[in-house]
Amino acid sequence: MSRLRVSLPGLDMKNPILPASGCFGFGKEYAKWYDLSLLGGITIKAATLEGRFGNPTPRVAETESGMLNAIGLQNPGVKGIIENELPWLEPYNIPILANIAGSTEEEYIEVTKHISASPLVSAVELNISCPNVKEGGIQFGTHYKSAADLTRKVKGVSEKPVYVKLSPNVSNITEMAEAVEDAGADGLSMINTLVGMKLDWRTGQPILANKTGGLSGPAIKPVAIRMIYEVSQKVSLPIIGMGGVSTAEDVLEMMSAGASAVAVGTANFVNPFICPEIIEKLPELLDEIGVEQISEMTGRSFNQWKTPLSSR
Amino acid sequence: MKKHLLTITSNTEIARNIFEMKLTGPGTATMTVPGQFLHVSVGNNTSKLLRRPLSICDVDLEREEVTLLYRAQGEGTKQLSQKHTGETVDVLGPLGNGFSTESSEDRKKALLIGGGIGVPPLYYLGKKLKDKGIQVTFILGFQSLEASFYIEQFQEIGETIVTTVDGSLGLKGFVTDAMDQPISDEPLIYSVGPAVMLKAVEQKAQGLNGFISLEERMGCGVGACFACVCPTETRQSGYVKICSDGPVFKMGEVVL
Repeated sequence: MSRLRVSLPGLDMKNPILPASGCFGFGKEYAKWYDLSLLGGITIKAATLEGRFGNPTPRVAETESGMLNAIGLQNPGVKGIIENELPWLEPYNIPILANIAGSTEEEYIEVTKHISASPLVSAVELNISCPNVKEGGIQFGTHYKSAADLTRKVKGVSEKPVYVKLSPNVSNITEMAEAVEDAGADGLSMINTLVGMKLDWRTGQPILANKTGGLSGPAIKPVAIRMIYEVSQKVSLPIIGMGGVSTAEDVLEMMSAGASAVAVGTANFVNPFICPEIIEKLPELLDEIGVEQISEMTGRSFNQWKTPLSSR
Repeated sequence: MKKHLLTITSNTEIARNIFEMKLTGPGTATMTVPGQFLHVSVGNNTSKLLRRPLSICDVDLEREEVTLLYRAQGEGTKQLSQKHTGETVDVLGPLGNGFSTESSEDRKKALLIGGGIGVPPLYYLGKKLKDKGIQVTFILGFQSLEASFYIEQFQEIGETIVTTVDGSLGLKGFVTDAMDQPISDEPLIYSVGPAVMLKAVEQKAQGLNGFISLEERMGCGVGACFACVCPTETRQSGYVKICSDGPVFKMGEVVL
């Protein structure tokens, strides 16, 4: 098992696989399907200071090889999460990455103070890229000065390493990554969803009550690969890669692009067992290409290799 | 909760765009509660990712066979409708909380009201209620004669009143128009259909007890993604998750 181990700031993971935020609730639902301790870690649903109800329904719409969602950060609030959700995950003994969101800088800071103080939280994922809320979220993630300011402030109060979750809805994601690196981020999560829209051709009306939503699923994987590939060569931060990953092959592709760990999102809806199935298959694929440690895969696309792997 | 690979024994169009799919496999043994649903994978490729929540219409435990009725409306369900006998279908389930038939034991009568593709789960429910000695009456609403289905099967269980929007079969109008006659003996109400219909049924059935089952676009189907929530004033959280708290709720429990 140790060949799958990866180590990132705050996240010592026995394998590089963790469910992506918002696609796994707080773990309870999927614990009915399999033993969560099989996972490398878990990213919990975004926490805001107060509880939020989220957007009206419909909140999801299927698209070609993907889906749109506009949930709107529904959650019971940071205190409810700390009291009712986190303790429940303790017995699984896996690193918990806590996603945090807010409408204002003050809200992000307060949420970070609370949740990063929990001994059960291993690291914080700063969500500056949610496209589905009117205030906060993506507005911090599309201007690099505000992203850097927020990162610095959150970093100033966080008791745990901070990963900044980047939005692909920007003209230059590398500049964004460099800005948050300079501001003290410990790592990056990328990518969040791409803003999209679907209409009912009969009525002309949007399917989603929120009109627009975030596109996820295999359709966005090439975008994620390209962005991770570019960013990982410009910054020295470890990257948790995500965006359309559905297979063990996708995981190794994303690590080759520069990711050190990989989050699985939409694929959990297609197959609730996808994370353990991927984890089980990874050693077989590593054998096929003659790689001993999965951590060697990170940045394989641009790293110089002493021995060409494909010739074995 | 389980994932099953079931084999199609038939998949036929029984009304305009309405398909009856029968599936067999050992997993059917757990599908004993009416109102629960199967989360069905419609395609064999990654083009149509999301599963479709289809309610259980009937189960034959001896033959290990489950019946699903669905409307081939969008691309995903159209792909499902093109599957042939012998092909397999990947399903999760049974999911959700179905209709409780236990609580109705002290009742002598039940009134089951369904609209459109909300009609199918009432068939399995009607059979279960009849088995308990309850007199079952159905009110089934369809767009038109050609969109109607399973009328004869329902008639075998109990009195069946049909309404159509265009008047081509039964009463012209909506299911609530068939509720205008005084409802006697305080039957327990069970209703499945679009929210607008359920709201009208709740208004007409004021003073009576019963259950409704909600329809909504779903993501995960297991309560993790928060796609299919519905507001409620009866819980502190202010919402219910239709897939995992429901899809069946007591009348008046959720805000329609």
